[in-house]
Amino acid sequence: MNQSEKEQYLREYSILKNEGKPFFPYAVAKDSIMAVIVMLVIMFLSMEFGAELGPKANPTTTTYVPRPDWYFFFLFEVFRVMKEVPKYTPFAAIGIPTLCMLGLFLLPIYDRSPERLITKRPLALAAGLMTIVTIAFLTVEGSSTGSPNEVQVTPPSGLTASERTAFYAGEIVVGESGCLGCHLIGDYGNNGPGPPLTHIAKILEPGGIAATLRNPTAPMPSFAGLAQQSPKKFKYLVEFLSLLH
Amino acid sequence: MASVPKTPLVPEPLQPTEPDGSPMHPADALAEGGLTVVDWLDERTQISPGLRWMMYRKVPKGINWAYTLGSATLFAFLNQAVTGVFLAMYYQPNVNGGAYESIRNINDNVFLGQFVHGMHKWGASVMIVLIFLHMGRVFFFGAYKYPRELTWIIGVVLLILTLAMGFTGYLLPFDNRSYWATIVGVNINNTAPFLGPYIGDFLRAGPEFGATTLSRFYAIHMMLIPGIMAALIGFHLYLVAKLGISAPPWLKAQEPEAAITTVEV
Repeated sequence: MNQSEKEQYLREYSILKNEGKPFFPYAVAKDSIMAVIVMLVIMFLSMEFGAELGPKANPTTTTYVPRPDWYFFFLFEVFRVMKEVPKYTPFAAIGIPTLCMLGLFLLPIYDRSPERLITKRPLALAAGLMTIVTIAFLTVEGSSTGSPNEVQVTPPSGLTASERTAFYAGEIVVGESGCLGCHLIGDYGNNGPGPPLTHIAKILEPGGIAATLRNPTAPMPSFAGLAQQSPKKFKYLVEFLSLLH
Repeated sequence: MASVPKTPLVPEPLQPTEPDGSPMHPADALAEGGLTVVDWLDERTQISPGLRWMMYRKVPKGINWAYTLGSATLFAFLNQAVTGVFLAMYYQPNVNGGAYESIRNINDNVFLGQFVHGMHKWGASVMIVLIFLHMGRVFFFGAYKYPRELTWIIGVVLLILTLAMGFTGYLLPFDNRSYWATIVGVNINNTAPFLGPYIGDFLRAGPEFGATTLSRFYAIHMMLIPGIMAALIGFHLYLVAKLGISAPPWLKAQEPEAAITTVEV
C-alpha cells in the first residue's frame, strides 16, 4: 500500500467506525454470550470425557507407542511421511513447520495489497483454502493411521519352517516392544531417533544384535529385562532382526 | 454586597442522607459508600478516561458473530489460567512419587478435582480451535493489513506459545502417554539442524531425561510462557482498541459529503 492508499483506508475506516455503535454494551454483549457458550462447551467436554489418567510413566517399558494430542496430529503426520526420505528428515521434520510458521508470521509483510475483500484476492483465497484442507487432511491421516505398533514385513525367501515361525513371532514382539516408535523397519515405524533396522542384519551379527538390545546407547531402553522375564520372546526378537538382510 | 449567599462555595462533604435530609436506607448508603470508594480510587489512578475510551470506543457497523472469536480465545485463556491455578494447588512436579500420584489424587479425591482437571485439559483443545478460527476470520477478512500488521504478528507469536503450552503441559500428568510422547517430541527437536541439540538439552535439563526435566517443563508451563502470553495479550488488545476493530471488507464507506450528514453529533 502506498501513502495515498493508506490515507484513503484510514479515511474510509473512520467513516465506517463513526457509523458504528459503542463497544459497550453492544460488542460486550455478543462477546459475553460467546464466552458463556465457550464455558458451557468446555464444561460439557470435561463432564463427558473427563481427564482419564493412563498407567504411570514407565521409562523402562518397551511396549508403549507414543501419540501426541490431536492438535499435533498434523505435525506427527508430516514426520511420519518424511521418514520416506531419511536423508532430509531432520530438515523436513523441523524445516517444514518452521517455514509454515515464518510464512504466517511474515504474512502482512509480503501481502501488502490494499484489497481486503476475499473474492478479489484469488491468490490469498486459494492459499488459505489449501492450508485448511492440508491441515485437515494431515490431521485425519495422523489420527487414523493404523496402529503404529504393527509391522508386517515380507519374510526373506528360503527360510526353514522354524525360522519362519521365529520371524512371525519376532514381528509381534517388535510390535509389542515399541521399537517402531524410534526405528524404521521397511515401511513401518518412524525414522529416528534410532537408526533404521530394515537391513540391520547386514551390519550386525545376531550376537551383536542381542548385545545391543541388552546394553543399548541412550535413549534406547534396555531389553535386558525382557531377556530375563521371557527369554523366548527375546530370542524371537533377535532372530527376527537377524533375518532383516 | 446586598446579601450573603446561604450556601458556602465549597459544599459540605456528602452525607448518606436522602436529598430531603431524611436518613438513607442502608442499601442506598452502601451504594453511596461504594461510589465514594470508586471516586477515591479514580482520583488517585485517573483511570476513568482510559476506561471510558476502552469501553465507549466505537465499533464499526456490520460487526457479526465472527468478530467474537478473539475475545472467546481470550476467555479460553482465562479458563486455563483459573483452572491451572487450582491444579497447581495440588500438583507436585516430582518424578519419583509425586507427579503422577498428585494427579491421581486430584482425579479421585479432591472435590471437583477431575472436573477442573478436565476443564483444563479440554480447555486447551477449545483454545486451539478458537485460535485457528479467529486466525481464519482475520485472514479471510484481510484484517491483518495496514495498519494492523503488528497485531497479526503478535497473534502468530501467541499461537506458537499456545502450542508450546500444549507440548509442555502434556508431560505433567506423567503417565505413559505423556512421558513417551514428550520423549519423542524432544527427540524430534533434537534432530533439528544447528540449534536442535541445544534446544533438546535445554528442555531435558541435560543430556538425559531426568528428575529435573519435569520441574523444568512445569516451570515453563506455569510461569514462563503464561507470563509472556499475558503480556503479549495485553499488547494485542491495546493495539485492537487503539487501531479500532476492522470493518467487514464488504462494507464501503459512503462519500464523505453524504456521510457527514448522517453522522450523529
